[in-house]
Amino acid sequence: MKCEDVSRELIPYLDRRANSADRHEIEEHLAACSACHARAEELRRLWSVLDEVPVVEPSLGFDARMRARITEEPRPRWFRWFVPQPRLALSMALLLAVSVWISRLPQDNSGLTASAQSEHEQFQVIKNLDVLENYDVLSKFDALDEVPVDQSAQPDQKNDQQSQQDDGG
Amino acid sequence: MTRSDVQLMLDVKAGDDSSFDLLLQKYRTPLVNFLYRMVRDRATAEDLAQEVFLRVYRARKQYSPSAKFTTWLFRIATNLALNSVRDNRHRQMDVSLDAAPADEDAAPLQLPAREMRIDEHMIERDRADFIRGVVSSLPEKQRVAVLLHKYEEMDYGEIAKILDCSESALKSLLFRAYETLRVQLAPFVSPAARRAGKEARHEM
Repeated sequence: MKCEDVSRELIPYLDRRANSADRHEIEEHLAACSACHARAEELRRLWSVLDEVPVVEPSLGFDARMRARITEEPRPRWFRWFVPQPRLALSMALLLAVSVWISRLPQDNSGLTASAQSEHEQFQVIKNLDVLENYDVLSKFDALDEVPVDQSAQPDQKNDQQSQQDDGG
Repeated sequence: MTRSDVQLMLDVKAGDDSSFDLLLQKYRTPLVNFLYRMVRDRATAEDLAQEVFLRVYRARKQYSPSAKFTTWLFRIATNLALNSVRDNRHRQMDVSLDAAPADEDAAPLQLPAREMRIDEHMIERDRADFIRGVVSSLPEKQRVAVLLHKYEEMDYGEIAKILDCSESALKSLLFRAYETLRVQLAPFVSPAARRAGKEARHEM
């Protein structure tokens, strides 16, 4: 070990925290190098000198003041059990806000079935027929019921049979 | 059975304030001494120690035993002490900037030789105060490292965590700090200087 290496490991050596391999190498170096040996001795004495600084005790009122400050700290209340953790509360509030926002979005009609759509259109057409609000027109519709259905249908049937015969001949 | 610091803190977390009292009694003296050596003012040191304990108490609900209790405690103390030292330094700078300008014609300040200053200090103040003053004149990080290493006897890993540095960086830091102290306190630690000091006192 060189003097610089010893310098780096001298404090762990002196406080007995160096590993045994380092300790052995340092001891060998200190035995051979008077400068490092003198330095190590001075550091040992320095630590004794530093121990001369007396320990100060906290003032008598220290504990009382500390307890008073602790007592002033807000206590947990009984209803705190019901209050969720702040992060959870925030998440729930966000979730609720998003749900409300989504529910207020305009409805998309693309999902309606075709039949429901056609019914809807027919209803709109009927609703817009002003004629249905005219009593005279409606009463004439009633008169149509008196027209015999068979008579009106027979000429058409005869015509159909005639045309079939013509096609066959 | 004695409960560990971590167990005591977990009990505080569970709502047992008497466990906090035990932690307070165990650490108030080391904490006040550490802070006193940092800020060099007893009243400030006690105020800061109270603040450290209050922060620990306030953080009890979030406490998780991921590190040693003392690492956490002294990390809070170190941060508060360094902030206090810096604030104090700023206040002193403000005062000196506001002070009346010095007389330019006055004789330049004569700094006495180190031996003289040490003798004067030994006369004016007691030895322990002088040693404390030399320690507190170390750069901040070196001072914290020495106080935690020498007086709190913390291991290197714990001090490195408090100072947020590697263990090898801490070893270099400690060596530089102790070398500075060895030179500054040479009259107390150097055999030649001690002999000279004794002879000087004998002649007086």
